[in-house]
Amino acid sequence: MSTEAQLAPPKAIPAPSAADAHAARFVARGARWIFMLVLAIAFATPLLWMLATSLKSETDLSAHTLSLIPQHFVWSNYGQAFTAISPFLWNSVQLAVINVVGVLVISSIAAYAFARLEFAGRDIAFFFVLATAIIPSIVLLIPQYIIFQRIGWVDTQLPLWVPRVMTPVFGTFLLRQAFMGLPRELDDAAKIDGVSIFGIYWRILLPQVRPAVAAVAVFTFIESWNDLFGPLIFINSTNLATLPLALAQFSGQYFSTTTLLMAASAISILPVIVVFLLAQRYFVQGIAASGLR
Amino acid sequence: MTLYGWLFIGPLILGILAFQGIPVVVSIYTSFTNWDGITTPKFLGFGNYARMFTKDPQYWRTLLNTIEFTVGVIPLTIIGALLLAVLCNGKGKVSNAVFRTAYFTPYVTSIVAIGLVWSQLFTPSGVLNQLLAKIGIDGPSWLTDVHWAMPAVILVSAWQAIGYPMVIFLAGLQNIPETLHEAAKVDGANSWNRFLRVTLPLLTPQIFFVLITQIIASFQVFALIFVMTKGGPGTATTVYIYYLYQNGFTFGDLGFASAMAWILFLIIGLVTFAQLRLQRRWVFYND
Repeated sequence: MSTEAQLAPPKAIPAPSAADAHAARFVARGARWIFMLVLAIAFATPLLWMLATSLKSETDLSAHTLSLIPQHFVWSNYGQAFTAISPFLWNSVQLAVINVVGVLVISSIAAYAFARLEFAGRDIAFFFVLATAIIPSIVLLIPQYIIFQRIGWVDTQLPLWVPRVMTPVFGTFLLRQAFMGLPRELDDAAKIDGVSIFGIYWRILLPQVRPAVAAVAVFTFIESWNDLFGPLIFINSTNLATLPLALAQFSGQYFSTTTLLMAASAISILPVIVVFLLAQRYFVQGIAASGLR
Repeated sequence: MTLYGWLFIGPLILGILAFQGIPVVVSIYTSFTNWDGITTPKFLGFGNYARMFTKDPQYWRTLLNTIEFTVGVIPLTIIGALLLAVLCNGKGKVSNAVFRTAYFTPYVTSIVAIGLVWSQLFTPSGVLNQLLAKIGIDGPSWLTDVHWAMPAVILVSAWQAIGYPMVIFLAGLQNIPETLHEAAKVDGANSWNRFLRVTLPLLTPQIFFVLITQIIASFQVFALIFVMTKGGPGTATTVYIYYLYQNGFTFGDLGFASAMAWILFLIIGLVTFAQLRLQRRWVFYND
């Protein structure tokens, strides 16, 4: 499609027909661009509407529901919404940080061993790790609930990070791929210089796979931040609720108005959008890598 | 070396044993009991499984709802993602990046926030019906209408999920050598024919991958339903995991919920196995 534009003849002295074809291509490209723009706006509208509504007054909202621009910007909505959700926001931040750090530590060192160390039982162990990926998480969540109830973990934050941190199968897989892509000479040279096995992992190889580390970090952050089912079944106390749980369950109690609810929703998605925009490249590469065998 | 190896993979292996291995055993056992998590469980044999298929019409209803959801959301997502990927694969680098970000943002956004926003858009006098009124259509009450609640959640789910397959398709498109398109052009193929006979066959591995992962995901839809409809109105949008959640955590029947989870595992396994068997017929690997 778009290659046609590239092959268009130089415009020096175009024959009439060539000029027509050129114009036709120009129009086609323009039409395509406008089509994409309309599509993108339609796509973005729900989130733009959320943003607009979060800055409206209630009367403005009921009078001009469709308008994407508030008549007056009511910034105080955000102050009020923030005050209401800040305990839950803090819970979610804590969990996200623990999950990201924990997943990175456990998956990267396991991935290094799977990719670089020769040891008895390695391949069987790796197959075992991958095989667990076929079990849907819902199969595991009910028995986890039963077990955690026995050991007194229900209604604590532990079920929301210990299982996730201790079983980073996807992260291990992605990082193993990344380590395997590095030249063996790196390890060999370091070994000759007397670097320890742990040192090769920590000082030589890990800095080389930063994009994959970033991808795993972003995936884990988004998963932890957006999780609803885990908090829903494991948390009973309001003071331990995460942001998605609080929004899903007590939005009626905390937010009597739509404008405040939309401001709270906007606050809840802001960290993810920021992280995503900053690390979009790695995130997209991670997804693409998983789809390209 | 073996010591170091096992030391490094140790935490992961222990984690998998503790949080997946033991739970699997507990779950199999629980599925044969009437455990409520508090009182002593009574062994039921295959009672829960028999009840599911013979004594619980609600179970069949939710299974059908889940299939309806999947059948609605999969074509919408895959064809939509294909269209967006082709559109975003053009020459303009900056504009493509902007468009790509717009389509991808819902995928990373919290489903709870998305559910809350769309619930507002779908209210009887909400944005959608006000827009429809402008072109003379009297919109339904969407989420509280037995016939429109399911299409509404399907639409939102496709809107939310489309960014993921789109990125996979984009990566696939960028792997297709330009020379193949040039050759087809020399042979006089127009752009539609080139898409149909060059792009589409070479994209089948990605379509296959997306089909498998998206079907698995849509069989497990939960959060959107929980926020937007709570399975209602009536049982119109009660999907599999939602019913499982109700059984396990509202009615306290963890045994029945565990049995439901294993049947879901079996269904997903069979569907995926069938797809793997059928892939030879239509997936084209260019290597």
